[in-house]
Amino acid sequence: MYSQKIAITFGKFLNQGITMAELDKLQNIVTQTRRDILRMVHDVNSGHPGGSLGCTEFFIALYYEIMNLKDDFDMDGKEEDIFFLSNGHISPVWYSVLARKGYFPVKELETFRKLNSRLQGHPTTHEGLPGIRVSSGSLGQGMSVAIGAALAKKLNGDEHLVYSLHGDGELQEGQNWEAIMYAAGNKVDNIISTVDRNGQQIDGPTEDVLPLGNLKQKFEAFGWDVLEVQDGNNLEAVIKGLNEAKSRTGKGKPVAIILDTVMGHGVDFMMHTHAWHGKAPNDEQLEDALSQNAETLGDY
Amino acid sequence: MKYTDQGKKDTRSGYGAAMTELGRSHPNVVALCADLVGSLKIEDFIEENPKRFFQTGIAEANMMGIAAGLTIGGKIPFASTFANFATGRVYDQIRQSIAYSNKNVKICASHAGLTLGEDGATHQILEDIGMMKMLPGMTVINPCDYNQTKAATLAIADYEGPVYLRFGRPKVANFTPVDQKFEIGKAVLLQEGTDVTIIATGHLVWPALIAADNLKKQGISAEVLNLHTIKPLDEAAVLKSVKKTGCVVTAEEHNFLGGLGESIARTLAVQHPTPQEFVATQDTFGESGTADELMDKYGLNNKAIEDAVVRVKNRK
Repeated sequence: MYSQKIAITFGKFLNQGITMAELDKLQNIVTQTRRDILRMVHDVNSGHPGGSLGCTEFFIALYYEIMNLKDDFDMDGKEEDIFFLSNGHISPVWYSVLARKGYFPVKELETFRKLNSRLQGHPTTHEGLPGIRVSSGSLGQGMSVAIGAALAKKLNGDEHLVYSLHGDGELQEGQNWEAIMYAAGNKVDNIISTVDRNGQQIDGPTEDVLPLGNLKQKFEAFGWDVLEVQDGNNLEAVIKGLNEAKSRTGKGKPVAIILDTVMGHGVDFMMHTHAWHGKAPNDEQLEDALSQNAETLGDY
Repeated sequence: MKYTDQGKKDTRSGYGAAMTELGRSHPNVVALCADLVGSLKIEDFIEENPKRFFQTGIAEANMMGIAAGLTIGGKIPFASTFANFATGRVYDQIRQSIAYSNKNVKICASHAGLTLGEDGATHQILEDIGMMKMLPGMTVINPCDYNQTKAATLAIADYEGPVYLRFGRPKVANFTPVDQKFEIGKAVLLQEGTDVTIIATGHLVWPALIAADNLKKQGISAEVLNLHTIKPLDEAAVLKSVKKTGCVVTAEEHNFLGGLGESIARTLAVQHPTPQEFVATQDTFGESGTADELMDKYGLNNKAIEDAVVRVKNRK
């Protein structure tokens, strides 16, 4: 469907690659995260499972393999890598990963979208949830914020990186292109922005709603260094892609990853459709979905 | 009058002068601008601190987002452009990335109100105070002259939280004592009186003082409050004065909907119902003209304040 993909060279990272045992361990976390997502949205009969399931491997790779993180959360995030989620509606996957990384109690996942919770429908700093540095949900704002944080890191002499994730449909918001132009024009080369290229948005396939076209060419035309990861739901491929992106930072260009994922990945009846963008499974569907993702770390 | 005009100056130059000082005194202060450096008078800051200035080009939405991001890492961003493009154009960016996220961003808006002049209604804005004061947690400040704008700019650098600072283009009377400390949320009692309270903000403060002088000649004793901080509102100062005088005129270079007058009216309605007259624009857009012509046509001058005082006294 999308042209000009760069195949990730699997052999290239043998030396820095992870062992099969480590990969199995991470895969177990992926599966548990999918269970968390499904159970969270089912419990409140609302939320966004599709994009969350599609980005699970990305989040696990980022938080368990890629980012250098301090033990304790603070807002400034100095001397550590920081992450911004621009497409805030996939909060379930982020909340699950943050909880299981120890940012807040795993038990708190049961408060998702409920009254008086820190786990708002869309991520926010407002209730003081550790791990979150800016509110998102109204789309198209995250890249600008990530660039600002990257500029602050440069001013502070902090060589850690800033990561951001964006929906593909979200790129229809014009502010993204202001940010994309700015980052390249000002050589913000300590940022890695990933686009979740699942090809779906609320009203249907992105190419039907408003064609995004060749995103690699678009980012490159604006002056970014772009790599594509073809199988965004293959944990090893995602880790390798992110490591490759890391190696391209600090060279005068911002780095983008076009990450091909399948919305709803891991639950057969949720895959390859926009139907589960913002819809929760009923009891039967939940049972079916959970049976496809066996409990590994213990449900919350 | 106990205040004297030390020579007409534009409030935006007060902002620029303060930015130069902050550049030297506050290493974490950074500046952003969307292609209006000359209009915002921040050339000196940029020359002395090139790495602490971010030119975003004509992209205000991106500027607000970058400003929010810069706070993460401890910077204190001053994001500046024309008031219209600093508010209405980027309301959702301010709402989500700055206000709801409680980011320490200073939104510094020049050319507010009608006095931008000849560019006309596309560039004037008379709704910005309303938009900004409705955002939870947003502090809204509209200083009256060069000295006060400079003092306010310095003060907000040491205040933690989002701020909307509104100032303008024309050269106006500069009467605030140069050493007057700026206290956020604290009204300045400019003149004591007993018959009526005039509460003014921004460019209407000097005309309020002139009005009070003229009223004195007619035997009317007017108390004048400079309410530079519209939010949080200095309710104690307002109530203290109004309880004494029994009636109030509010004056602002803004629509009567959403402005200073409405904030005062709400306070009084709840705590001390009082006759009030509004000197403000009447739910209209502006137009091209000189600043003085526009202020006269839209009833934003000392004469309009004096007329409002006569009306409100008759309603006591």
